[in-house]
Amino acid sequence: MEEKFAYIENAEQPIAMHPKKFALWLFIVTVVMIFASLTSAYIVRQSEGNWLEFDLPSIFYYTSGIIVLSSIFLHWAYISAKKDDLSSLRIGMVITSFLGLAFLIGQWYSWIALVDRDVFFVGNPAGSFLYVFTGLHALHLVSGVIFLIIVLISSFKYKVHSKNLDTMEMCVTYWHFLGGLWLYLFMFLLLNH
Amino acid sequence: MATAHTATHSASANDHHDDHEHHDNFITKYIFTTDHKMIGKQFLVTGIFWAIIGGLLSIIFRLQLGFPDMELYWLKPILGGWIDDAGKLDPNFYLALVTMHGTIMVFFVLTAGLSGTFSNFLIPLQIGARDMASGFMNMLSYWFFFLSGVVMFISLFIETGPASGGWVVYPPLSALEQAMPGSGLGMTMWLVAMTFFIASSLLGGINYITTVINLRTKGMSFSRLPLTIWAFFLTAVIGLLSFPVLFSAALLLVFDRSFGTSFYLSDIYIGGEALPNTGGSPVLYQHLFWFLGHPEVYIVLLPALGITSEIISVNSRKPIFGYKAMIISMLGITILSFIVWAHHMFVSGMNPFLGSIFMFLTLIIAIPSAVKVFNYLTTLWRGNLIFTPGMLFSIGLVSFFISGGLTGIFLGNSAIDIQLHDTYFVVAHFHLVMGSASFFGLMAGVYHWFPKMFGRMMDARLGYIHFWLTFIGVYMVFFPMHYIGIAGFPRRYYSWTNFEFSNMYTDLNMFVSVAAIITFGAQLIFLFNFFYSMYRGRVASLNPWRANTLEWTTPLHPKHGNWPGEIPTVYRWPYDYSKPGAADDFIPQTVPLSATPESNLPHEQELVKLEKAIIADEEDVLVANVSKES
Ligand code: HEM
Ligand SMILES: [Cu+2]
Repeated sequence: MEEKFAYIENAEQPIAMHPKKFALWLFIVTVVMIFASLTSAYIVRQSEGNWLEFDLPSIFYYTSGIIVLSSIFLHWAYISAKKDDLSSLRIGMVITSFLGLAFLIGQWYSWIALVDRDVFFVGNPAGSFLYVFTGLHALHLVSGVIFLIIVLISSFKYKVHSKNLDTMEMCVTYWHFLGGLWLYLFMFLLLNH
Repeated sequence: MATAHTATHSASANDHHDDHEHHDNFITKYIFTTDHKMIGKQFLVTGIFWAIIGGLLSIIFRLQLGFPDMELYWLKPILGGWIDDAGKLDPNFYLALVTMHGTIMVFFVLTAGLSGTFSNFLIPLQIGARDMASGFMNMLSYWFFFLSGVVMFISLFIETGPASGGWVVYPPLSALEQAMPGSGLGMTMWLVAMTFFIASSLLGGINYITTVINLRTKGMSFSRLPLTIWAFFLTAVIGLLSFPVLFSAALLLVFDRSFGTSFYLSDIYIGGEALPNTGGSPVLYQHLFWFLGHPEVYIVLLPALGITSEIISVNSRKPIFGYKAMIISMLGITILSFIVWAHHMFVSGMNPFLGSIFMFLTLIIAIPSAVKVFNYLTTLWRGNLIFTPGMLFSIGLVSFFISGGLTGIFLGNSAIDIQLHDTYFVVAHFHLVMGSASFFGLMAGVYHWFPKMFGRMMDARLGYIHFWLTFIGVYMVFFPMHYIGIAGFPRRYYSWTNFEFSNMYTDLNMFVSVAAIITFGAQLIFLFNFFYSMYRGRVASLNPWRANTLEWTTPLHPKHGNWPGEIPTVYRWPYDYSKPGAADDFIPQTVPLSATPESNLPHEQELVKLEKAIIADEEDVLVANVSKES
């Protein structure tokens, strides 16, 4: 009987997924939990009163636009990669990376705008929370930009094409997630400040 | 190397692993290894190291509590300035001891030492995988843990002492350097260490979940997973959802400490001077902390419960009673553990109405817990019990889970908790239900899987002595604490003798301290047994406990990759013990139903037809593979 039990390597599981992609999703879950806890902390703290009121920097509207645009271009790049249209892929990746950097610079200006309003990191938690949200998000975005650049470089080395999309797909997922996360944070702040 | 390896064998179906020679040198084999089995052992040995440190710390503060007049000059060589000229322990250092004991035991021993060891070691072996989804991440997970340990260890020796605000490090105590010596550099190091620890846990957890979902062998459906794997899986899910929240809590604390923000600080006067911080809320920290803190106690307990399920079933020679009920109750515990955190905060000034809601939710957790206890007892009931040391420790776990769980129900009632909060009653509760129960799970696991880890048996007789001394010792230590707690004595107090209401407990405390020292001493028997058997123990047979799970189908010393040939297929659940009609009292998971017509149940007989078709299919593939190779 013994030999009969043997089986082919790595049998497909019904709900199996590319392990690295799956791990990325789990990582995204942890990031979600961090921001979920911070925004809940914000609400809990806000309900206790003694809360500084101020206007959100209007530059957030522009940076939100930029991040949405970057996601659109990234998606375009991804579709091009699927079609093996390598020049569009590269153009898309370059534009996305630049938009990512532009977003980061925009967020930096939002901090300057906050300082102009006399809202500092040290002071009433209302302001401190804002710095923490934007700062921590920007930190993740830096990792996203690095990921974009990695994919960008490999696209110039002919390593991204319709047969080799895994890395790019992970990058796309992560980037869309970071964009969505920012939109969530912005909405949250608009509704709760 | 190994990562590339996993990548290649998923690509080609006919890649045989008979030639699994890795020319590993010492460093890649024992230090920067990516083999899950070695990483598991690394976690185990590191966990044991920390258990000794954590235990020694507790002995020192038990000396203070049990023998307040004792002169501790003889400890000066190790403790130095923390023993003053009169031979007394420094009260600040007492607080540091309690804090470090708690932190080390909860995080380093019972989280990393338990989950880290057994999830790593058993998940690939029991689900039939070559290794974890990412060996590299797994290696990082260990080394982050190691780094975290190094930082925590160094903090023990700095001049102002390690963190001292309790393992929960509540601000403002932990946020203000002026509050106590331990809130200075020691606290900073605590936060750094815990950040590494969180990274380690998350890396590990992501890996465990990915592996369980994606790399199970053919036939290993979720309804055929051993309960150990279910437990490790759900533990990892809890960790994934709760550790990030601890990170948030710690991050805001870091900002308050080092950057001057006021997330947790408000209106504090020191020496008559007001601090600039306004608008913070210390209760906010408690919410964030306990959102991790309560799930954390289940992160500690669930793996132990999983291990127990497996060991009790094997050594009762009976299927686990209520396999589905076990899974459902673990799922219930997983979900409920996230919505009861505020039972640690009944007296924090939280809205009492909110308190009643949390009380209600807390008491619901008793139901899945009771289901599990019931199932353990019914599995034992009328089984052909084989009292291996692993079995004894598992039964010990059940005992502690009952006796400690009962007091949880008292504490869960907010009205009673007003009296009992932060007394030794709570200490008794969680040391029984979490500390001792999980520790016994850990021990049970070590005794049971030692043959698979090292290819040798541990000495059973020493195991029995170890068990009985520890089992009785634990009750001697923690049972009296219930009375002390009901009498109202608060935890984390340096001394008992100066209070009218508690100075009559001196004898009881002395008794507890002596029992603690004996119990700690008994662990030396284990240490000897462990290290001696590693080299000199009797060589184990392939399946010493006659168990069904897949790990026992590997060679005695499995290489990186676990199975020399192809990975075995699974045809049945792991609990076919003493099946009526079967020749043996166990049927391993790799035995097809078609090979056991005499013991199949009617619905299984139906499955046989299906199975035959599949086996025929496979044979075609295998034949094709073989011909391709030649
Ligand atoms: C029947 C189920 C349980 C209930 C109703 C329950 C309830 C409680 C309550 C209300 C407290 C807070 C006491 C206080 O600080 O005043 C508490 C403390 C604690 N419980 Fe439980 N518990 C249960 C089971 C468990 C289990 C299974 C574990 C661990 C595996 C556990 C570990 C702890 C720990 C560690 C603490 C103390 C934390 C600290 O303040 O340092 N409990 N429990
Ligand atoms: Cu709790």
